[in-house]
Amino acid sequence: MYELMIIGGGPAGLAASVYAARKRLKTLLVSGDVGGQVNWTLGVENYLGYQFIEGSELIDKFQTQVSQYPIDQKIGEKVSRLEKIKGGFEAVSEAGDRYQSRVVIFATGKRPRRLNVPGEAELTGRGVTYCAICDGPVFSGQRVAVVGGGNSALEAALDMVKIAEHVDLVSLTPLTGDAILIDKLSGANNLSIFTEYQTEKIEGQDFVTGILIRDLKSGEKKRFDVSGIFIEIGLTPNSEAVSGLIELSKLGEVPVSCSCETTMPGLYAAGDVTDIPEKQIVVAAGEGAKAALQAHRYLQRLAT
Amino acid sequence: MVDKKVVVYSTPTCPYCKRAKDYLSRKEIPYVDYNVAQDREKAKEMIQKSGQMAVPVITIDNEVVVGFNQTLLDKLLS
Repeated sequence: MYELMIIGGGPAGLAASVYAARKRLKTLLVSGDVGGQVNWTLGVENYLGYQFIEGSELIDKFQTQVSQYPIDQKIGEKVSRLEKIKGGFEAVSEAGDRYQSRVVIFATGKRPRRLNVPGEAELTGRGVTYCAICDGPVFSGQRVAVVGGGNSALEAALDMVKIAEHVDLVSLTPLTGDAILIDKLSGANNLSIFTEYQTEKIEGQDFVTGILIRDLKSGEKKRFDVSGIFIEIGLTPNSEAVSGLIELSKLGEVPVSCSCETTMPGLYAAGDVTDIPEKQIVVAAGEGAKAALQAHRYLQRLAT
Repeated sequence: MVDKKVVVYSTPTCPYCKRAKDYLSRKEIPYVDYNVAQDREKAKEMIQKSGQMAVPVITIDNEVVVGFNQTLLDKLLS
């Protein structure tokens, strides 16, 4: 049994790994990927020590630093469930592997929120995408839709009007993003904005061919031929694995104390999956460090 | 040394693409990179080979990997 298991390999989990290793804790890091949400970030200008660094480069630096230490890593293993066992915890991965530890730091971050409409799941990667900066250029010269009304949706629309034939921006609410982004968009002549419209359905057999939307006020439906649909409606916490152990917040986040404790002794949480107020790389890294130091202290108390 | 033909289909803005290419470079694995944002023919080829439209797509001989999956790449390259 490991002393500490860190679940999640974003900034919080990686910072926790460094701190745990330096406390010589017998540690296992389990994660579906390395870098988490930093993978979707083109450039980072607010992580101390770097005036500008590409997201991918920052992850490489994090990973190199973690790999200097003798901790075990299981990357590509997504934990689907965490259970309480005698003297600790057991994590069960999607592949069915099981890992045990006395203490756990849960740092699984967030993922893009799904619309949950017909056609979405079947056509993900076949025209439906949640990473506009990744896949946007693949749709140059085509007609696309962007779903959402916040900053990420407006940024996606701004990127796409430059290269797409036409962009339909569909938002359930009035646009909520920054005024400066809305201003920038108002100059585009290949953009149609539909606010207070619900996305009803994504159409297509092998690939996306259309989108069906409904006016919330009149109930009138509209259908467009599009080949790409960018869904930018915010994030949702990856907290399902612990939902059986602790009570989650209304938003599905893991409530933590300022010492990263959850309501269950021995289970710590850090970063964007928790209910801490700011979701930033530097904050997540700090929370990860804190969680590891607290976990170490907890293990010391158990030993005495 | 790995004697396999490695092709990366990518876009210039995609961080996962950059990570995948950096990873291959670090392991000193030669690869051909196609920018599917510009090369429509290669974009079509990528969609046809992978059956989907998300980048990166990495082909190793006849194997097709969608996304930057380090574990799977290691397995296919070993």
